[in-house]
Amino acid sequence: MAAKVEFQVPALRPYPYVPDLVPDSMKGKGPFVAKPDFQTPLGFPGPLVDNWQEVAIEKMGEMLKKYRSLRVYLDVCVRCGACTDKCHYFLGTRDPKNMPVARQDLLRQVYRRYFTLAGKFFPKLVGAKDLTKDVLDDWYNYFHQCSQCRRCSVFCPYGIDTADISMAAREIMDSIGLGQKYCNEIIGKVYKIGNNLGLPEPALRNTLEGLEEDIQTDIGVPVRFPIDEEGADILLVTPSADFFAEPHIDGLIGYAKVFHQAGMSWTLSSYASEAGNFGMFIGSYENMRQISLRIRKAALDLKVKRIVFGECGHAWRVAYSFLNTLAGPFDFLDPKYPVPQHICEVTLDLIKRGALKLDKTANDHRRITFHDSCNVARGSRMGDKPGGQFFIPREVIKASCNFFYDMPADTIHDQTFCCGGGGGLLTDDLIELRVKGALPRIEALKHVVDTHSVTNMASICAICKSQFTKVLPYYGFKMDMIVSVHQLVSTAIVL
Amino acid sequence: MVLTAIYAISFYLATLILIGGLAYKIIEYARTPAPLKVPTMPAPLTTGGVVVRMFEEVVFFKSLFRSHLKWTWLLGIMFHAALLVILLRHLRYFIEPVWWWVVLVQPFGKYGSFAMIVALLGLLGRRFLVERVNYISNPSDYLMLVLLLVIGASGTMTTFVAHTDIVQFKAFMLGVLYFDWQPLPADGPLLVHLAAVILLMVIFPFSKLLHAPGIFFSPSRNQVDNAREKRHLAPWALAKFETSRGTPPQPSV
Ligand code: SF4
Ligand code: SF4
Repeated sequence: MAAKVEFQVPALRPYPYVPDLVPDSMKGKGPFVAKPDFQTPLGFPGPLVDNWQEVAIEKMGEMLKKYRSLRVYLDVCVRCGACTDKCHYFLGTRDPKNMPVARQDLLRQVYRRYFTLAGKFFPKLVGAKDLTKDVLDDWYNYFHQCSQCRRCSVFCPYGIDTADISMAAREIMDSIGLGQKYCNEIIGKVYKIGNNLGLPEPALRNTLEGLEEDIQTDIGVPVRFPIDEEGADILLVTPSADFFAEPHIDGLIGYAKVFHQAGMSWTLSSYASEAGNFGMFIGSYENMRQISLRIRKAALDLKVKRIVFGECGHAWRVAYSFLNTLAGPFDFLDPKYPVPQHICEVTLDLIKRGALKLDKTANDHRRITFHDSCNVARGSRMGDKPGGQFFIPREVIKASCNFFYDMPADTIHDQTFCCGGGGGLLTDDLIELRVKGALPRIEALKHVVDTHSVTNMASICAICKSQFTKVLPYYGFKMDMIVSVHQLVSTAIVL
Repeated sequence: MVLTAIYAISFYLATLILIGGLAYKIIEYARTPAPLKVPTMPAPLTTGGVVVRMFEEVVFFKSLFRSHLKWTWLLGIMFHAALLVILLRHLRYFIEPVWWWVVLVQPFGKYGSFAMIVALLGLLGRRFLVERVNYISNPSDYLMLVLLLVIGASGTMTTFVAHTDIVQFKAFMLGVLYFDWQPLPADGPLLVHLAAVILLMVIFPFSKLLHAPGIFFSPSRNQVDNAREKRHLAPWALAKFETSRGTPPQPSV
């Protein structure tokens, strides 16, 4: 594991503010590089190939033909500056290369040099640069200081999405043998074992049995956690952190109680025991597809009628926006339900139909705020109306709790700040970045703590939950301040 | 006559480069697939909704407005609106008889040039003064504003300072259009104005001015949010994966 990095935790400032620039404050070597062993299963070379420059340019050319987003985004930026103060990593680190447009420019300067007339003939004029080792080092460092949260794209007059640019850059780096250890090792675990954490099936079964026993002892109700049960109606795909991390597991208990009370038949799959899809973080259509196909296979093998996703932000983006593309068509499932569904959609629907008995006062010791996870907020939807991804989880919370307070308007909904650990950055070797990147969210949280005595922040993302558990203490908050939305349901539900 | 020939020929070349270059870029954008559904959410659920979203972006710069950079937004709107009115006003040099609404636009266009110059100076000023914007500005970003300022200032001069013989100029312009060249008035400001416009036309398809056609092709703004209802598949993905559906690697536990 990484040695403890010495760094200064930023002081909370009156919100909002725009900091001055501190050039190169986050210059560095970036996160740990993937060893060749972690590259091969994903179809990437490793270590850095000899003619990396040539291969990278060729790859870039290929991607420009495959992704219109890349082509258009690299061409049309007018450098208006609207995005410059929108990135939580910039706000937290003040490194100008963490301004979204400057991050894009790391790729754009090379694009201009090799793929545009202006850059070929007047490189200085248009800021075009050769792909040198220095540029590659900057790529590796700063494209791993982007959590692909898309906040910048909300404010860009052309919708330029730095997340897409970062994904493309990581794909190019993977193709020359420069992969990130954290992401690529995890994807390897999914292929080999079935989930990001590498929990083998027996361990998984054990955990679930343990949960059943615990609940039986606690409340005397036989709530089940079925796994690999052929013929169940619902396949629940949830992030593997739900099986053992806190507060994730309390969310899992919440889903099980909801299914139990509603009398629904459901199952987990040991083969597709992971909702997360790190293929997106590395911008690899191929890997994202391979991981998605596991869910299709599990659904077919278990002969289910519906697919429901547990609380996980980027998993939900991939599920909602890409699953149909990558692993569809899902014509073998019950057409009455959208494919896939989010657990919050299922729960709210049950609440509205009166199928759940919730005692809100059970949560009266908590005063809740809700952290919109970036991938859910800006990369997906819930329900049948735009913005359902904001209202549905809030309605679930409000049905379970008496005290709910939103953080300031420009830090929630589609303007939400990333937790600071998304996009494949939830690794100890990036802890300084993670702490600093959490600053804007923590400042907004502090605001409702001060004004409404908020005690807990609820989230529907496994990465957010892990990240906050880790970084909240740096800012003087308790780590268990972060809770799962279905943990609140679990507390309120009367079985 | 040499001057007339130089300008006339430059106009033809610039027009060819502008139209050819833009057509090339637009076809390239249109032909490149967007393989995944990536609208910035919340996004419209219908094509009609996307038209509304695009309209709000193109006409009101909605996203820019939301960014709290109210000055940038104001200067941007001011510049583009003034430019639009000025361009409409310039139609009178290309048509005979002049349409009634182009006549109506004339006084607005005349003073619109001042609005344009003020907006451009503001935009240039913030490139120097706002630290973050200064950091991201390339030489070409300043030069683009300078070029537009030259166009605006020289054009304004032809109206307000060194009055150009516009009857003669219109004869030149129509002559260029109908391949029946007429002498170009050799006025300093006019010549500078035309040269700068020609330069702008030439660099348009090679520069960030591509934002004009580009916005309509931006997947984060032009996609319908219907991923669950409708399967979205790029031709290359279809060809690569869907003919023989690959099976994922088997678990080795
Ligand atoms: S907001 Fe968009 S156009 Fe403006 S500088 Fe940022 S990326 Fe470029
Ligand atoms: S996607 Fe998020 S993390 Fe990346 S540059 Fe934009 S705001 Fe920053």
